[in-house]
Amino acid sequence: MAINTDKNSYTIIFAIAMVLVVGSLLAFTASSLRPNIDENKRMEKQQNILYAMGVNGNEGTGDITFISTDKVAGEFSKYIKKQLVIDANGNEVENKEAYLIDIKKEQAKAKNGGTRRLPLFVGEKEGKTFYIAPIRGKGLWDAIWGYVALDKNMVVQGAFFDHAGETPGLGANIKQRYFMDDFVGEQLKNTAGVFKGIKVAKGNNDPVNNTKDDHEVDALAGATITGDGVSAMIKKDLKLYLPYFKKLNN
Amino acid sequence: MGLLSKKDGKLITDPLADNNPITIQVLGICSALAITAELKASLVMGIAVLFVLGIGNVVISLMRNIIPSKIRIIVQLIVVAALVIIVDQVLKAFAYELSKTLSVFVGLIITNCIIMGRFEAFALGNGPWKSFLDGIGNALGYAVILVIVGFFRELLGSGTLFGVPVLGDSIEKTGVYSIGYENNGFMLMPPMALIIVGLIIWVQRSRNKALIED
Repeated sequence: MAINTDKNSYTIIFAIAMVLVVGSLLAFTASSLRPNIDENKRMEKQQNILYAMGVNGNEGTGDITFISTDKVAGEFSKYIKKQLVIDANGNEVENKEAYLIDIKKEQAKAKNGGTRRLPLFVGEKEGKTFYIAPIRGKGLWDAIWGYVALDKNMVVQGAFFDHAGETPGLGANIKQRYFMDDFVGEQLKNTAGVFKGIKVAKGNNDPVNNTKDDHEVDALAGATITGDGVSAMIKKDLKLYLPYFKKLNN
Repeated sequence: MGLLSKKDGKLITDPLADNNPITIQVLGICSALAITAELKASLVMGIAVLFVLGIGNVVISLMRNIIPSKIRIIVQLIVVAALVIIVDQVLKAFAYELSKTLSVFVGLIITNCIIMGRFEAFALGNGPWKSFLDGIGNALGYAVILVIVGFFRELLGSGTLFGVPVLGDSIEKTGVYSIGYENNGFMLMPPMALIIVGLIIWVQRSRNKALIED
């Protein structure tokens, strides 16, 4: 095989052929796997929402465990009683596919002057009602997001956080159970009813989180920016639900 | 060794010690800093690189006679990026949980200089079988260092191994914490990985003087 690989014409032809082959290979893989990937993402959302309201497979103090994928659709329709879309004034409209609303797109809409739809899931478990809201923000490297389950006084009943690319062992620990569990019982409003949010705070001298009304949870070591991102997305996104909860309590 | 000749065997064993990609060639330092705060991530990264480097080396080796030398680096980059993306997509479709764990590493694998280094230094000049062995050897050498660094950083930084507390409870003050031991939060910071790698290099060179350059 004596090809002169130094010729410019050969180089250009090779480059074009390479791009075509690799490009079509990637396009083929992506489009043929798309239905499976979409289905996985849909189930993941349901798992996350259920996790926040405490419907999960957690055992003891082990890792986070979701409802298994084969059961999740059934459990979702069993526990989630209503899926709502809230507007800025707190008015609700039912929407059976509210969980598929892309928060990223809604945030972009609001940024460009449009109106943002706010999904809210009303779940019921053992006689208790949960109001589960999705949140989304920025970590250190990439997006972070989560679901927070509240009662009607905006006290956190459960939380789930996830991330696209935070550093393993540091920022990625927002997906650890000990971090999520810290939020349970924390209050978003102070006693006067003013929205305060929850701050991921360093040096609040309360590592096991005994004080539940200080609007603070203990931060993660080496993950200041990710922690600040969590504080920010809770503050920004959950505040939008305030009108709804005001109406709910009247 | 029935399967491997002595020369082929050396392709695997050399990178484990005397020609280790991290401690001797000083490649792949960036990812060694980034993901070794815990042992599990180190191990996963090691396995992922093993996979990509093994296959990538074979692909590049098969193409070595037709790659124009002017654009060979770009071709190498395309091969490794395509491989990683395909694997990522397949995992997303069929092993979603695993793919979520690995997603952090995708970018780190593509930019890992060990992979480009082996493509350039070995696969472009050797046959597929040898290149495969070289890829496996170097990936193992990389993984060994990652696991050692991850072990010390997680143990001393968080008091856990694979996420399981092994030194007692740091908040309830049980185990070694009851006698005043504290986790060294500094170990979780990336610079400590460099210091541990430096210590490994020191130990290695003091045991084998032939490695010292003047």
